[in-house]
Amino acid sequence: MSLPLADVNYVEATWVMVVKSIIIFLGVFAIVPILTVAERKLIGRLQNRYGPNRVGPVGLVQPLADIVKLAGKEMFRPDAAVPFLYAIAPAIVIFSGIITLAILPFGNVQDGIGLYGIDVSIGVLYFFAFSSISFYGLLLAGWSSGSKYSFLGAMRSAAQLISYEVSMGLALLGVVLMTGSLSLTSIVDAQGGIWNIVPQIVGFLLFMIAGFAETNRAPFDLPEADAELVQGYMTEYGGMRFGSYLLAEYLEMFVVSGIAVTFFLGGWMGPGPGWLDPVWMVLKTLTLVAFFIWVRATLPRLRYDQLMSLGWKVMLPLATLNILVTAVIVTVS
Amino acid sequence: MEAKLNAEKADWSEFPYLENQEDVISVQRGPQPGGVGGAYRAFGETLRGLRTTFARVLEGPVTIQYPEEKTPVYPRFRGRHKLHRFEDTGLEKCVGCSLCAAACPADCIRVVAAENDPDHRVSAGERYAEVYEINLSRCIFCGYCEVACPFDAITMGHDYEMSDYNRSDLIFTKEMLLAEPIDRAPLRREGE
Repeated sequence: MSLPLADVNYVEATWVMVVKSIIIFLGVFAIVPILTVAERKLIGRLQNRYGPNRVGPVGLVQPLADIVKLAGKEMFRPDAAVPFLYAIAPAIVIFSGIITLAILPFGNVQDGIGLYGIDVSIGVLYFFAFSSISFYGLLLAGWSSGSKYSFLGAMRSAAQLISYEVSMGLALLGVVLMTGSLSLTSIVDAQGGIWNIVPQIVGFLLFMIAGFAETNRAPFDLPEADAELVQGYMTEYGGMRFGSYLLAEYLEMFVVSGIAVTFFLGGWMGPGPGWLDPVWMVLKTLTLVAFFIWVRATLPRLRYDQLMSLGWKVMLPLATLNILVTAVIVTVS
Repeated sequence: MEAKLNAEKADWSEFPYLENQEDVISVQRGPQPGGVGGAYRAFGETLRGLRTTFARVLEGPVTIQYPEEKTPVYPRFRGRHKLHRFEDTGLEKCVGCSLCAAACPADCIRVVAAENDPDHRVSAGERYAEVYEINLSRCIFCGYCEVACPFDAITMGHDYEMSDYNRSDLIFTKEMLLAEPIDRAPLRREGE
Protein backbone atom coordinates (compact mmCIF):
# COMPACT_ATOMS: atom_id res chain seq x y z
CA MET A 1 0.00 0.00 0.00
CA SER A 2 1.42 3.30 -0.99
CA LEU A 3 1.49 6.37 1.19
CA PRO A 4 -1.51 8.68 0.75
CA LEU A 5 0.49 11.35 -1.00
CA ALA A 6 -1.19 13.86 -3.25
CA ASP A 7 -1.70 12.21 -6.61
CA VAL A 8 0.19 14.29 -9.15
CA ASN A 9 -0.84 13.84 -12.76
CA TYR A 10 2.47 14.66 -14.38
CA VAL A 11 5.94 14.63 -12.85
CA GLU A 12 9.06 16.32 -14.23
CA ALA A 13 12.67 16.54 -13.20
CA THR A 14 13.29 18.59 -10.08
CA TRP A 15 15.35 21.24 -11.85
CA VAL A 16 12.56 21.80 -14.37
CA MET A 17 10.11 22.41 -11.57
CA VAL A 18 12.50 24.80 -9.83
CA VAL A 19 13.13 26.77 -13.02
CA LYS A 20 9.49 27.07 -13.97
CA SER A 21 8.44 28.04 -10.47
CA ILE A 22 11.04 30.82 -10.55
CA ILE A 23 9.76 31.94 -13.93
CA ILE A 24 6.13 32.00 -12.76
CA PHE A 25 7.10 33.76 -9.54
CA LEU A 26 9.14 36.45 -11.27
CA GLY A 27 6.63 36.84 -14.06
CA VAL A 28 3.74 37.46 -11.73
CA PHE A 29 5.85 39.67 -9.49
CA ALA A 30 6.60 41.78 -12.51
CA ILE A 31 2.90 41.99 -13.26
CA VAL A 32 1.87 43.06 -9.75
CA PRO A 33 3.60 46.49 -9.72
CA ILE A 34 2.20 47.14 -13.17
CA LEU A 35 -1.22 46.27 -11.79
CA THR A 36 -0.93 48.91 -9.09
CA VAL A 37 -0.27 51.68 -11.58
CA ALA A 38 -2.78 50.22 -14.04
CA GLU A 39 -5.45 50.26 -11.35
CA ARG A 40 -4.81 53.89 -10.51
CA LYS A 41 -4.77 54.93 -14.14
CA LEU A 42 -7.87 52.92 -14.98
CA ILE A 43 -9.80 54.27 -12.00
CA GLY A 44 -8.70 57.71 -13.10
CA ARG A 45 -10.15 57.13 -16.57
CA LEU A 46 -13.34 55.81 -15.01
CA GLN A 47 -13.60 59.07 -13.12
CA ASN A 48 -12.81 61.46 -15.99
CA ARG A 49 -9.23 62.07 -14.92
CA TYR A 50 -5.77 60.86 -15.93
CA GLY A 51 -4.44 59.14 -12.85
CA PRO A 52 -0.69 59.17 -12.17
CA ASN A 53 1.17 60.42 -15.25
CA ARG A 54 4.10 62.35 -13.83
CA VAL A 55 6.72 59.72 -12.95
CA GLY A 56 8.41 58.46 -16.07
CA PRO A 57 6.67 58.04 -19.42
CA VAL A 58 2.90 58.23 -18.85
CA GLY A 59 3.50 57.49 -15.17
CA LEU A 60 4.77 53.95 -15.70
CA VAL A 61 7.61 54.32 -13.21
CA GLN A 62 5.14 55.22 -10.46
CA PRO A 63 5.26 51.76 -8.76
CA LEU A 64 9.04 52.04 -8.53
CA ALA A 65 8.67 55.36 -6.74
CA ASP A 66 6.05 53.87 -4.43
CA ILE A 67 8.17 50.86 -3.59
CA VAL A 68 11.27 52.97 -2.96
CA LYS A 69 9.22 55.21 -0.70
CA LEU A 70 7.78 52.28 1.26
CA ALA A 71 11.10 50.47 1.50
CA GLY A 72 12.78 53.59 2.77
CA LYS A 73 10.40 53.92 5.69
CA GLU A 74 11.03 52.84 9.23
CA MET A 75 9.97 49.33 10.29
CA PHE A 76 7.76 50.69 12.99
CA ARG A 77 6.10 48.57 15.65
CA PRO A 78 3.65 49.99 18.19
CA ASP A 79 4.25 49.31 21.89
CA ALA A 80 0.99 47.43 22.32
CA ALA A 81 1.76 44.99 19.50
CA VAL A 82 2.77 41.36 19.98
CA PRO A 83 6.18 41.40 18.27
CA PHE A 84 6.39 37.95 16.70
CA LEU A 85 2.83 37.76 15.41
CA TYR A 86 2.97 41.36 14.26
CA ALA A 87 6.01 40.54 12.14
CA ILE A 88 4.81 37.21 10.80
CA ALA A 89 1.28 38.29 9.78
CA PRO A 90 2.27 40.05 6.52
CA ALA A 91 4.54 37.13 5.72
CA ILE A 92 1.61 34.71 6.00
CA VAL A 93 -0.48 36.83 3.66
CA ILE A 94 2.26 37.06 1.06
CA PHE A 95 3.13 33.38 1.41
CA SER A 96 -0.41 32.18 0.86
CA GLY A 97 -0.79 34.50 -2.11
CA ILE A 98 2.36 33.25 -3.80
CA ILE A 99 1.74 29.59 -3.08
CA THR A 100 -1.66 29.60 -4.78
CA LEU A 101 0.11 30.77 -7.91
CA ALA A 102 1.61 27.31 -8.18
CA ILE A 103 -1.58 25.67 -9.35
CA LEU A 104 -2.56 28.29 -11.94
CA PRO A 105 -2.17 26.50 -15.29
CA PHE A 106 -0.71 28.73 -18.00
CA GLY A 107 -0.84 25.96 -20.56
CA ASN A 108 -0.88 22.22 -20.96
CA VAL A 109 2.12 19.92 -21.16
CA GLN A 110 4.29 21.11 -24.05
CA ASP A 111 7.58 19.47 -25.07
CA GLY A 112 7.48 17.48 -21.87
CA ILE A 113 7.08 20.53 -19.66
CA GLY A 114 3.80 21.43 -18.04
CA LEU A 115 3.22 25.18 -18.19
CA TYR A 116 2.12 25.37 -14.57
CA GLY A 117 3.76 25.21 -11.17
CA ILE A 118 2.29 21.91 -10.15
CA ASP A 119 -0.77 19.99 -11.25
CA VAL A 120 -2.21 18.68 -8.02
CA SER A 121 -5.19 16.36 -8.13
CA ILE A 122 -6.79 18.31 -5.28
CA GLY A 123 -6.51 21.57 -7.26
CA VAL A 124 -9.53 23.42 -5.90
CA LEU A 125 -9.00 22.33 -2.33
CA TYR A 126 -5.40 23.53 -2.53
CA PHE A 127 -6.62 26.95 -3.61
CA PHE A 128 -9.19 27.13 -0.82
CA ALA A 129 -6.78 25.87 1.81
CA PHE A 130 -4.23 28.56 1.10
CA SER A 131 -6.64 31.38 0.51
CA SER A 132 -8.13 30.58 3.92
CA ILE A 133 -4.66 30.71 5.45
CA SER A 134 -4.26 34.22 4.09
CA PHE A 135 -7.15 35.23 6.35
CA TYR A 136 -5.07 34.08 9.30
CA GLY A 137 -2.60 36.71 8.25
CA LEU A 138 -5.29 39.37 8.40
CA LEU A 139 -6.67 38.11 11.70
CA LEU A 140 -3.25 37.96 13.32
CA ALA A 141 -2.38 41.38 11.97
CA GLY A 142 -5.54 42.86 13.42
CA TRP A 143 -5.21 41.18 16.75
CA SER A 144 -1.47 41.54 17.29
CA SER A 145 -1.42 45.23 16.42
CA GLY A 146 -3.10 46.04 19.72
CA SER A 147 -5.28 48.69 18.14
CA LYS A 148 -9.04 48.96 18.09
CA TYR A 149 -9.26 49.82 14.41
CA SER A 150 -7.09 46.88 13.48
CA PHE A 151 -9.10 44.57 15.67
CA LEU A 152 -12.39 45.70 14.16
CA GLY A 153 -10.94 45.15 10.71
CA ALA A 154 -9.82 41.67 11.68
CA MET A 155 -13.27 40.83 13.08
CA ARG A 156 -14.84 41.97 9.88
CA SER A 157 -12.50 39.91 7.76
CA ALA A 158 -13.29 36.84 9.88
CA ALA A 159 -17.02 37.38 9.45
CA GLN A 160 -16.50 37.95 5.75
CA LEU A 161 -14.48 34.78 5.45
CA ILE A 162 -17.15 32.51 6.91
CA SER A 163 -19.88 34.18 4.87
CA TYR A 164 -18.20 34.00 1.51
CA GLU A 165 -15.80 31.08 1.50
CA VAL A 166 -18.79 28.71 1.57
CA SER A 167 -20.54 30.17 -1.44
CA MET A 168 -17.22 30.46 -3.24
CA GLY A 169 -16.57 26.75 -2.83
CA LEU A 170 -20.10 25.84 -3.82
CA ALA A 171 -19.86 28.08 -6.89
CA LEU A 172 -16.85 26.10 -8.13
CA LEU A 173 -18.41 22.77 -7.24
CA GLY A 174 -20.72 22.96 -10.24
CA VAL A 175 -17.73 22.98 -12.58
CA VAL A 176 -16.10 20.16 -10.62
CA LEU A 177 -19.27 18.11 -10.97
CA MET A 178 -19.36 18.67 -14.71
CA THR A 179 -15.69 17.85 -15.20
CA GLY A 180 -15.45 15.06 -12.68
CA SER A 181 -12.00 16.18 -11.60
CA LEU A 182 -10.45 18.61 -9.15
CA SER A 183 -7.29 19.06 -11.20
CA LEU A 184 -7.16 22.46 -12.85
CA THR A 185 -5.56 21.17 -16.05
CA SER A 186 -8.29 18.57 -16.57
CA ILE A 187 -10.89 21.26 -15.89
CA VAL A 188 -9.41 23.42 -18.65
CA ASP A 189 -9.07 20.43 -20.97
CA ALA A 190 -12.75 19.67 -20.49
CA GLN A 191 -13.62 23.14 -21.83
CA GLY A 192 -12.37 22.39 -25.34
CA GLY A 193 -15.86 22.50 -26.81
CA ILE A 194 -17.64 25.18 -24.83
CA TRP A 195 -16.41 27.33 -22.00
CA ASN A 196 -17.90 26.63 -18.61
CA ILE A 197 -19.21 30.16 -18.34
CA VAL A 198 -22.14 29.22 -20.58
CA PRO A 199 -23.60 26.32 -18.59
CA GLN A 200 -22.29 27.67 -15.28
CA ILE A 201 -23.10 31.38 -15.61
CA VAL A 202 -24.64 31.42 -12.13
CA GLY A 203 -21.55 29.78 -10.70
CA PHE A 204 -19.35 32.30 -12.48
CA LEU A 205 -21.25 35.29 -11.13
CA LEU A 206 -21.29 33.86 -7.62
CA PHE A 207 -17.58 33.11 -7.79
CA MET A 208 -16.78 36.61 -8.96
CA ILE A 209 -18.88 38.18 -6.19
CA ALA A 210 -17.26 35.93 -3.60
CA GLY A 211 -13.92 36.76 -5.20
CA PHE A 212 -14.40 40.42 -4.40
CA ALA A 213 -14.99 39.44 -0.79
CA GLU A 214 -12.05 37.05 -0.85
CA THR A 215 -9.63 39.71 -2.03
CA ASN A 216 -11.11 42.37 0.31
CA ARG A 217 -11.84 44.68 -2.55
CA ALA A 218 -14.68 47.08 -3.16
CA PRO A 219 -17.59 46.67 -2.69
CA PHE A 220 -16.59 44.20 0.04
CA ASP A 221 -13.57 46.04 1.41
CA LEU A 222 -15.05 46.30 4.89
CA PRO A 223 -11.93 44.91 6.59
CA GLU A 224 -9.95 47.78 5.09
CA ALA A 225 -12.64 50.47 4.94
CA ASP A 226 -10.32 53.45 4.76
CA ALA A 227 -13.15 55.82 5.61
CA GLU A 228 -14.25 54.36 8.92
CA LEU A 229 -11.49 51.97 10.02
CA VAL A 230 -8.48 53.79 8.55
CA GLN A 231 -7.34 50.69 6.63
CA GLY A 232 -8.50 48.21 9.29
CA TYR A 233 -5.98 45.47 10.03
CA MET A 234 -3.23 47.43 8.26
CA THR A 235 -3.61 50.54 10.42
CA GLU A 236 -0.53 49.97 12.57
CA TYR A 237 1.70 48.79 9.77
CA GLY A 238 4.17 50.94 7.94
CA GLY A 239 6.99 50.67 5.48
CA MET A 240 7.49 47.49 3.52
CA ARG A 241 5.24 45.47 5.84
CA PHE A 242 2.39 47.69 4.78
CA GLY A 243 3.65 47.34 1.23
CA SER A 244 3.52 43.58 1.47
CA TYR A 245 -0.19 43.78 2.28
CA LEU A 246 -0.73 45.84 -0.83
CA LEU A 247 1.37 43.40 -2.81
CA ALA A 248 -0.63 40.48 -1.44
CA GLU A 249 -3.89 42.18 -2.32
CA TYR A 250 -2.92 42.57 -5.96
CA LEU A 251 -1.43 39.09 -6.03
CA GLU A 252 -4.66 37.63 -4.67
CA MET A 253 -6.63 39.60 -7.20
CA PHE A 254 -4.49 38.05 -9.93
CA VAL A 255 -4.87 34.57 -8.46
CA VAL A 256 -8.63 34.78 -8.01
CA SER A 257 -8.99 36.08 -11.56
CA GLY A 258 -6.74 33.28 -12.75
CA ILE A 259 -8.85 30.68 -10.97
CA ALA A 260 -12.00 32.19 -12.45
CA VAL A 261 -10.44 32.05 -15.93
CA THR A 262 -9.35 28.46 -15.38
CA PHE A 263 -12.75 27.33 -14.19
CA PHE A 264 -15.10 29.36 -16.35
CA LEU A 265 -13.33 31.11 -19.21
CA GLY A 266 -11.47 28.23 -20.77
CA GLY A 267 -8.09 28.83 -19.14
CA TRP A 268 -5.36 28.82 -21.78
CA MET A 269 -7.76 27.98 -24.62
CA GLY A 270 -7.60 30.39 -27.51
CA PRO A 271 -6.86 30.56 -31.21
CA GLY A 272 -3.27 30.36 -32.40
CA PRO A 273 -0.36 27.98 -31.90
CA GLY A 274 0.41 26.25 -28.62
CA TRP A 275 3.05 28.69 -27.46
CA LEU A 276 0.36 31.38 -27.31
CA ASP A 277 -1.41 29.53 -24.49
CA PRO A 278 0.25 31.37 -21.59
CA VAL A 279 -0.41 34.66 -23.37
CA TRP A 280 -4.10 33.85 -23.62
CA MET A 281 -4.19 32.83 -19.98
CA VAL A 282 -2.52 36.06 -18.82
CA LEU A 283 -4.66 38.16 -21.14
CA LYS A 284 -7.89 36.67 -19.87
CA THR A 285 -6.73 37.02 -16.29
CA LEU A 286 -5.79 40.66 -16.78
CA THR A 287 -9.19 41.30 -18.34
CA LEU A 288 -10.83 39.98 -15.20
CA VAL A 289 -8.47 42.06 -13.07
CA ALA A 290 -9.61 45.09 -15.07
CA PHE A 291 -13.15 44.08 -14.21
CA PHE A 292 -12.20 44.06 -10.52
CA ILE A 293 -10.88 47.60 -10.93
CA TRP A 294 -13.94 48.68 -12.87
CA VAL A 295 -16.20 47.43 -10.10
CA ARG A 296 -14.09 49.20 -7.51
CA ALA A 297 -14.61 52.47 -9.32
CA THR A 298 -18.35 51.86 -9.52
CA LEU A 299 -19.85 50.33 -6.42
CA PRO A 300 -19.99 51.80 -2.93
CA ARG A 301 -18.98 49.75 0.08
CA LEU A 302 -21.68 47.54 1.54
CA ARG A 303 -22.82 47.95 5.10
CA TYR A 304 -21.87 45.16 7.48
CA ASP A 305 -25.37 43.67 7.77
CA GLN A 306 -25.92 43.97 4.02
CA LEU A 307 -22.74 41.99 3.48
CA MET A 308 -23.97 39.28 5.82
CA SER A 309 -27.45 39.09 4.34
CA LEU A 310 -26.09 39.00 0.80
CA GLY A 311 -23.73 36.19 1.72
CA TRP A 312 -26.16 34.02 3.64
CA LYS A 313 -29.56 34.89 2.20
CA VAL A 314 -28.80 35.32 -1.49
CA MET A 315 -25.52 33.74 -2.46
CA LEU A 316 -25.61 30.57 -0.39
CA PRO A 317 -29.11 29.49 -1.53
CA LEU A 318 -28.27 30.38 -5.13
CA ALA A 319 -25.03 28.42 -5.04
CA THR A 320 -26.75 25.44 -3.48
CA LEU A 321 -29.51 25.55 -6.07
CA ASN A 322 -26.90 25.80 -8.82
CA ILE A 323 -25.15 22.67 -7.59
CA LEU A 324 -28.44 20.83 -7.20
CA VAL A 325 -29.48 21.57 -10.77
CA THR A 326 -26.02 20.76 -12.10
CA ALA A 327 -25.91 17.49 -10.18
CA VAL A 328 -29.30 16.44 -11.50
CA ILE A 329 -28.35 17.31 -15.09
CA VAL A 330 -24.97 15.57 -14.82
CA THR A 331 -26.59 12.45 -13.37
CA VAL A 332 -29.36 12.32 -15.94
CA SER A 333 -27.23 12.92 -19.02
CA MET B 1 -44.43 53.24 -8.06
CA GLU B 2 -46.99 55.93 -7.40
CA ALA B 3 -49.20 55.78 -4.37
CA LYS B 4 -52.21 57.88 -3.49
CA LEU B 5 -52.02 58.81 0.15
CA ASN B 6 -55.78 58.81 0.57
CA ALA B 7 -56.06 55.22 -0.49
CA GLU B 8 -53.56 54.15 2.15
CA LYS B 9 -54.90 56.06 5.17
CA ALA B 10 -56.46 53.54 7.47
CA ASP B 11 -58.75 55.69 9.56
CA TRP B 12 -60.99 58.06 7.61
CA SER B 13 -63.08 59.16 10.56
CA GLU B 14 -60.39 61.67 11.49
CA PHE B 15 -60.36 63.20 8.03
CA PRO B 16 -63.92 62.84 6.70
CA TYR B 17 -63.53 65.82 4.41
CA LEU B 18 -60.60 64.17 2.62
CA GLU B 19 -62.08 60.78 1.97
CA ASN B 20 -63.21 61.26 -1.58
CA GLN B 21 -60.94 64.15 -2.38
CA GLU B 22 -58.25 63.99 -4.94
CA ASP B 23 -54.77 63.90 -3.47
CA VAL B 24 -52.81 67.06 -3.08
CA ILE B 25 -49.47 65.34 -2.75
CA SER B 26 -48.48 62.35 -4.77
CA VAL B 27 -45.76 60.38 -3.02
CA GLN B 28 -43.20 58.50 -5.01
CA ARG B 29 -42.14 55.42 -3.08
CA GLY B 30 -39.29 53.10 -3.92
CA PRO B 31 -39.95 49.39 -4.06
CA GLN B 32 -39.66 47.38 -0.86
CA PRO B 33 -36.09 46.32 -0.17
CA GLY B 34 -35.00 42.71 0.09
CA GLY B 35 -36.44 39.55 -1.32
CA VAL B 36 -35.98 38.04 -4.75
CA GLY B 37 -37.20 41.22 -6.43
CA GLY B 38 -34.65 43.19 -4.44
CA ALA B 39 -31.82 40.93 -5.56
CA TYR B 40 -33.00 41.17 -9.17
CA ARG B 41 -33.17 44.98 -9.00
CA ALA B 42 -29.79 45.15 -7.28
CA PHE B 43 -28.29 43.15 -10.14
CA GLY B 44 -29.83 45.48 -12.70
CA GLU B 45 -28.72 48.57 -10.84
CA THR B 46 -25.20 47.18 -10.57
CA LEU B 47 -25.07 46.79 -14.33
CA ARG B 48 -26.40 50.33 -14.71
CA GLY B 49 -23.64 51.57 -12.41
CA LEU B 50 -20.99 49.73 -14.41
CA ARG B 51 -22.36 51.25 -17.60
CA THR B 52 -22.26 54.70 -16.02
CA THR B 53 -18.62 54.46 -15.05
CA PHE B 54 -17.66 52.97 -18.40
CA ALA B 55 -19.29 55.90 -20.17
CA ARG B 56 -16.80 58.10 -18.29
CA VAL B 57 -13.94 56.25 -20.01
CA LEU B 58 -15.41 57.07 -23.40
CA GLU B 59 -15.83 60.71 -22.38
CA GLY B 60 -12.17 61.02 -21.62
CA PRO B 61 -10.47 62.99 -18.86
CA VAL B 62 -11.55 66.54 -18.17
CA THR B 63 -8.41 67.34 -16.16
CA ILE B 64 -6.55 70.51 -17.07
CA GLN B 65 -2.93 69.64 -16.37
CA TYR B 66 -2.14 72.97 -14.84
CA PRO B 67 1.46 73.94 -15.34
CA GLU B 68 1.32 72.80 -18.96
CA GLU B 69 -2.28 73.67 -19.72
CA LYS B 70 -3.89 76.74 -18.27
CA THR B 71 -7.49 77.61 -17.71
CA PRO B 72 -8.37 80.55 -19.95
CA VAL B 73 -9.54 83.57 -18.00
CA TYR B 74 -12.48 85.82 -18.79
CA PRO B 75 -11.77 89.29 -20.18
CA ARG B 76 -12.97 90.86 -16.93
CA PHE B 77 -10.86 88.56 -14.78
CA ARG B 78 -9.12 90.58 -12.08
CA GLY B 79 -5.55 89.44 -11.94
CA ARG B 80 -2.31 91.23 -11.19
CA HIS B 81 -2.36 95.02 -11.65
CA LYS B 82 -0.76 96.75 -14.55
CA LEU B 83 0.35 100.39 -14.80
CA HIS B 84 0.06 101.97 -18.20
CA ARG B 85 1.91 104.46 -20.34
CA PHE B 86 0.58 106.62 -23.17
CA GLU B 87 1.31 104.69 -26.32
CA ASP B 88 2.34 107.71 -28.39
CA THR B 89 4.50 109.64 -25.93
CA GLY B 90 5.58 106.84 -23.66
CA LEU B 91 4.74 108.93 -20.60
CA GLU B 92 3.21 107.30 -17.56
CA LYS B 93 -0.49 107.78 -17.15
CA CYS B 94 -0.24 107.85 -13.37
CA VAL B 95 -0.14 111.35 -11.92
CA GLY B 96 0.40 110.30 -8.31
CA CYS B 97 -2.99 111.45 -7.04
CA SER B 98 -3.22 108.58 -4.52
CA LEU B 99 -6.92 108.03 -5.18
CA CYS B 100 -6.25 104.34 -5.67
CA ALA B 101 -4.53 104.18 -2.30
CA ALA B 102 -7.50 105.94 -0.74
CA ALA B 103 -9.93 103.55 -2.38
CA CYS B 104 -8.01 100.42 -1.47
CA PRO B 105 -9.88 98.49 1.23
CA ALA B 106 -6.88 96.33 2.00
CA ASP B 107 -4.57 99.32 2.27
CA CYS B 108 -1.97 97.70 0.09
CA ILE B 109 -1.07 100.58 -2.27
CA ARG B 110 1.59 103.12 -1.39
CA VAL B 111 2.06 106.18 -3.56
CA VAL B 112 4.63 108.92 -3.07
CA ALA B 113 4.12 111.73 -5.54
CA ALA B 114 6.76 114.13 -6.86
CA GLU B 115 6.72 117.24 -9.12
CA ASN B 116 7.52 116.62 -12.76
CA ASP B 117 10.69 118.16 -14.11
CA PRO B 118 9.56 119.95 -17.34
CA ASP B 119 12.74 118.82 -19.14
CA HIS B 120 12.44 115.16 -18.21
CA ARG B 121 8.77 114.48 -17.87
CA VAL B 122 7.77 111.17 -16.34
CA SER B 123 4.03 111.58 -16.51
CA ALA B 124 1.66 113.71 -18.52
CA GLY B 125 0.36 115.68 -15.54
CA GLU B 126 1.96 118.13 -13.10
CA ARG B 127 3.08 115.42 -10.75
CA TYR B 128 4.07 111.80 -11.10
CA ALA B 129 4.36 108.80 -8.80
CA GLU B 130 7.91 108.64 -7.53
CA VAL B 131 7.08 105.52 -5.57
CA TYR B 132 4.23 103.25 -6.56
CA GLU B 133 4.09 99.99 -4.65
CA ILE B 134 1.40 97.34 -4.37
CA ASN B 135 1.75 94.74 -1.67
CA LEU B 136 0.24 91.74 -3.45
CA SER B 137 0.26 89.62 -0.32
CA ARG B 138 -2.38 92.02 1.07
CA CYS B 139 -4.26 92.77 -2.14
CA ILE B 140 -7.74 91.24 -2.33
CA PHE B 141 -8.10 91.88 -6.08
CA CYS B 142 -11.33 93.84 -5.67
CA GLY B 143 -10.54 96.23 -8.51
CA TYR B 144 -11.48 99.40 -6.59
CA CYS B 145 -8.15 100.98 -7.53
CA GLU B 146 -9.02 100.54 -11.18
CA VAL B 147 -12.41 102.18 -10.60
CA ALA B 148 -10.94 105.02 -8.57
CA CYS B 149 -8.24 105.95 -11.08
CA PRO B 150 -9.22 109.08 -13.03
CA PHE B 151 -6.70 108.43 -15.84
CA ASP B 152 -7.06 104.66 -16.33
CA ALA B 153 -3.45 104.43 -15.26
CA ILE B 154 -3.93 101.25 -13.26
CA THR B 155 -5.96 98.29 -14.48
CA MET B 156 -6.32 94.73 -13.36
CA GLY B 157 -4.46 92.38 -15.69
CA HIS B 158 -5.05 88.70 -16.37
CA ASP B 159 -1.92 87.37 -14.73
CA TYR B 160 -2.64 85.10 -11.79
CA GLU B 161 0.64 83.26 -11.24
CA MET B 162 2.12 85.38 -8.49
CA SER B 163 3.24 82.98 -5.77
CA ASP B 164 6.66 83.55 -4.33
CA TYR B 165 8.86 82.37 -1.51
CA ASN B 166 9.20 85.67 0.34
CA ARG B 167 6.64 88.18 1.43
CA SER B 168 9.00 90.98 0.52
CA ASP B 169 9.13 89.69 -3.07
CA LEU B 170 5.40 90.21 -3.30
CA ILE B 171 5.70 93.97 -2.95
CA PHE B 172 5.57 95.01 -6.60
CA THR B 173 7.31 98.25 -7.47
CA LYS B 174 6.37 100.70 -10.20
CA GLU B 175 8.86 99.22 -12.66
CA MET B 176 7.46 95.72 -12.17
CA LEU B 177 3.90 96.94 -12.61
CA LEU B 178 4.78 98.90 -15.73
CA ALA B 179 6.53 95.94 -17.37
CA GLU B 180 4.53 93.50 -19.44
CA PRO B 181 4.01 90.22 -17.55
CA ILE B 182 6.22 87.45 -18.94
CA ASP B 183 3.71 84.60 -18.87
CA ARG B 184 0.41 85.80 -20.08
CA ALA B 185 -2.66 83.93 -18.98
CA PRO B 186 -4.71 82.63 -21.92
CA LEU B 187 -7.83 84.66 -22.56
CA ARG B 188 -11.17 82.97 -22.89
CA ARG B 189 -12.57 83.23 -26.39
CA GLU B 190 -16.12 84.18 -27.23
CA GLY B 191 -18.49 81.46 -26.16
CA GLU B 192 -15.85 79.37 -24.39
